[in-house]
Amino acid sequence: MASLPDRIAAPFSAIGGATERGLAYLGGLTQLLCRALTLAFTSPLKRSLGFQRTCHQAMVIGVRAIPVISFITFFIGIIMALQSAYELKRFGALQLVAETVAISITRELGPLITAIVVIGRSGSAFAAEIGSMKVTEELDALETMALHPIGFLVTPKLLAMLVMMPCLTIWADLMGIFGGSVFGVIGADYSFATWFGATRDALFMRDIVTGLVKSIVFALVITGVGCQEGFSTGAGSEQVGRSTTSAVVTSIFLVVLVDLVFTAIFYVAGQA
Amino acid sequence: MSSSIPNESDPIISGKDVRVRYGEREILHGVTFDVRRMETIVILGGSGSGKSTLLRTLVGLERPSSGSLFVRGVNLATASASELDELRKKIGLAFQGGALIGSMTVGENVALPLREHTNLEASTIEVMVRIKLQQVGLARFQHFMPSQLSGGMKKRAALARATAMDPEILFFDEPSAGLDPITAAGIDNLILNLKSALAVTIVVVTHEMASAFLIADRVIVLDGGHIVGLGTIGELKSSSHPRIQQLLNREPDSDTDNADELQLFT
Repeated sequence: MASLPDRIAAPFSAIGGATERGLAYLGGLTQLLCRALTLAFTSPLKRSLGFQRTCHQAMVIGVRAIPVISFITFFIGIIMALQSAYELKRFGALQLVAETVAISITRELGPLITAIVVIGRSGSAFAAEIGSMKVTEELDALETMALHPIGFLVTPKLLAMLVMMPCLTIWADLMGIFGGSVFGVIGADYSFATWFGATRDALFMRDIVTGLVKSIVFALVITGVGCQEGFSTGAGSEQVGRSTTSAVVTSIFLVVLVDLVFTAIFYVAGQA
Repeated sequence: MSSSIPNESDPIISGKDVRVRYGEREILHGVTFDVRRMETIVILGGSGSGKSTLLRTLVGLERPSSGSLFVRGVNLATASASELDELRKKIGLAFQGGALIGSMTVGENVALPLREHTNLEASTIEVMVRIKLQQVGLARFQHFMPSQLSGGMKKRAALARATAMDPEILFFDEPSAGLDPITAAGIDNLILNLKSALAVTIVVVTHEMASAFLIADRVIVLDGGHIVGLGTIGELKSSSHPRIQQLLNREPDSDTDNADELQLFT
């Protein structure tokens, strides 16, 4: 039986241990991303092959994600318009639906939904790909060929993500606003012209930039976590599944956390 | 100084009191051995004897925790990352399962080190890839994905990749493990042919006695992280060391639980 002081200290010890592990994880993540970015400029990986691999990743991460992101943000746009109209109607302010949808999509939902879809499609795939390569000794094979696994695998993914995430976010913004406009035209006496006119008037450049800044940070988080989990895969193929699950859960948690931090920063900056 | 220019008469690999640890656990307990240029040395041992760890250490995937291990004049215990990279361009390793990059074709796998480390034209690399694949009998499979190959073909493709940069030392990790006897004999013949064609030093890790007898100039026998025998096949056969005799005669451990369990079924 533990003594009373030990029992009192136990929760603090657990919190301290979890904090230490969390900080170590974030430290590892930062180290991995810095190494990948450095290798983008210093790696012996031939420029042509690096460019080819980056283009391939951009295609997989970005272009092939367009259909699913289009559908999801289109529906989210409709849902946002419906929910806003429900409340705004009570105050006789139905004409504010377009503004509400535009701001919430560009500042928040566009980047966040895009990030979650990319986590599901690509973050998990990064962990599975690198994890499988570790299990089948392909990472060791790269090292014995004097090829750095981070430069070979992470750098092209990171560069592709940094380019494609903002592009996908802009596309998601457009589709979300378009979805909202469908409700506006059918259910709120808007025409497409008046809806997009109201959207244009409501949006400032900072609303779009806010979303794009978030999307770039999300790109770093998703690539870092996906690849980190892949590299930390243990022996055996069942560990690949564990890494993939962990990549998705950790990425979503960190993306929401980062979103909260940035939203708070932008809010405070906006007040100043 | 971690490296020096090796003399032609010096051993190409020289290990002295090499110890390797994984965390607190020491796997190799101070092994000392030399490998001469152009010889084929086979590292034999049972499961858990430390032979795979020794191989990983020889190619720089693990660092010796103490002792010195020189490969082509580079001390792997103290080598910098760039020294290791330079060394790795002069060695090739054929992994047990092939370890071919799954997202690339067989030809792209073989071309990878050439594309990364040389300034050769794409057309020249294409020709070299075809030659390397021809050497291992896979000329027709250049555009196949690794997943479309059998186990033996993967090993041969891995061998083609390992020889792509014309290495001075070729390492093999269990080249005939998991193969039927005919395919395994084919791999052994391939190693012998490559030895004469490429004039390379070959280090093979295996537990297959038949392979060792066929390809080895000398054999290192490892047991529990110690070298218990080092010599030619003839010298090993005349050794009185019980572990070597046990390995040569394929005798089971007398005090294992398995023996009792097996009796239950008789």
